[in-house]
Amino acid sequence: MPWILNASGPIFVQLIEHLQNNIVSGKYDPGQKLPSVRDLAFDAGVNPNTMQRALSELESTGLVHSETTSGRFITEDKKMIDELRASLADSLKQEFFINMGKLGFSEKEILQFVNQNSTAK
Amino acid sequence: MNNLLEIQGLSKTYDRVQALTNVNLSIGPGHITGLLGPNGSGKTTLIKIICGLLQPTSGAVYVDGMPIGTESKKVISYLPDQTYLNDNMTVEATITMFRDFYADFDMNRAYNMLTNLGINPKFKLKTLSKGTKEKVQLILVMSRRAKLYILDEPIAGVDPAARDYILRTIIGNYDPSASILISTHLIADVERILDEAIFLQYGNVRLYQPIDTIRSETGKSVDELFREVYRC
Repeated sequence: MPWILNASGPIFVQLIEHLQNNIVSGKYDPGQKLPSVRDLAFDAGVNPNTMQRALSELESTGLVHSETTSGRFITEDKKMIDELRASLADSLKQEFFINMGKLGFSEKEILQFVNQNSTAK
Repeated sequence: MNNLLEIQGLSKTYDRVQALTNVNLSIGPGHITGLLGPNGSGKTTLIKIICGLLQPTSGAVYVDGMPIGTESKKVISYLPDQTYLNDNMTVEATITMFRDFYADFDMNRAYNMLTNLGINPKFKLKTLSKGTKEKVQLILVMSRRAKLYILDEPIAGVDPAARDYILRTIIGNYDPSASILISTHLIADVERILDEAIFLQYGNVRLYQPIDTIRSETGKSVDELFREVYRC
């Protein structure tokens, strides 16, 4: 997945979101070693200090941990990853309901709409 | 004093025009700093003083702890806003000249970048397009293992696809203990690779902050903030 960054919002926050998505979607496996800060920064086309900051924040949540000599690794705690995935999905759902509400959809209509959409496929 | 670049009370007057007024700046190692400001705000004057090409009217500048002079020039790799290379020389000959000139020049780096950008080293500079010539100049500057890189409008004449490559080249090639000062008007393109920005206005430092601090405090990108601050 390419790194898509918006003009607004701090860059390190967007990097965190991208890395989180890679972890919960299984693009990075639990316990997997992450590329170096420099390689990640190069890949994303961002400043290495900004990437470093994103990784430090992820470390403070426990999702990523670093071993002094061998680098940074994704957590092996699958439960933690699943919980993060659920909470990210939940906030997308909330946002979807709010936005549909702005279009004048009632909760019932929204549920109908989602069902229609999935059966149409 | 661990700062790579230390500027204290720097002023510069041309005849009666005040180009810089009491500029104070400290840039540590490991940063990519954007030097931003509208035309005539003093960017190039500041850069030329750091590179020892202009004498300040007052104030002091230190690079890696040294006053401006022969020793400071050895650790600065400077890309001027105008070309100064000999048009009749080939790319290859120009690279050899740089190797002879600068002890810290890395030939392998230069040839790698030439290959990646598809530039034929046998060509004479005068046969190259404006953008390609700019790429060659940037390659020459980034192939030195310097402590402070100063790039004055590095990507202005380069197409957007090559801009991306060049910005990545900059990230990929500088030593983590070195710093880069980039003057540019193409803020939106360069913003991602910066970690801090300096806004110059009327020869003064109006703002000097980390990019993400600017973005979280103002809710705007640096490009948007620039357009707002300097609205004509």
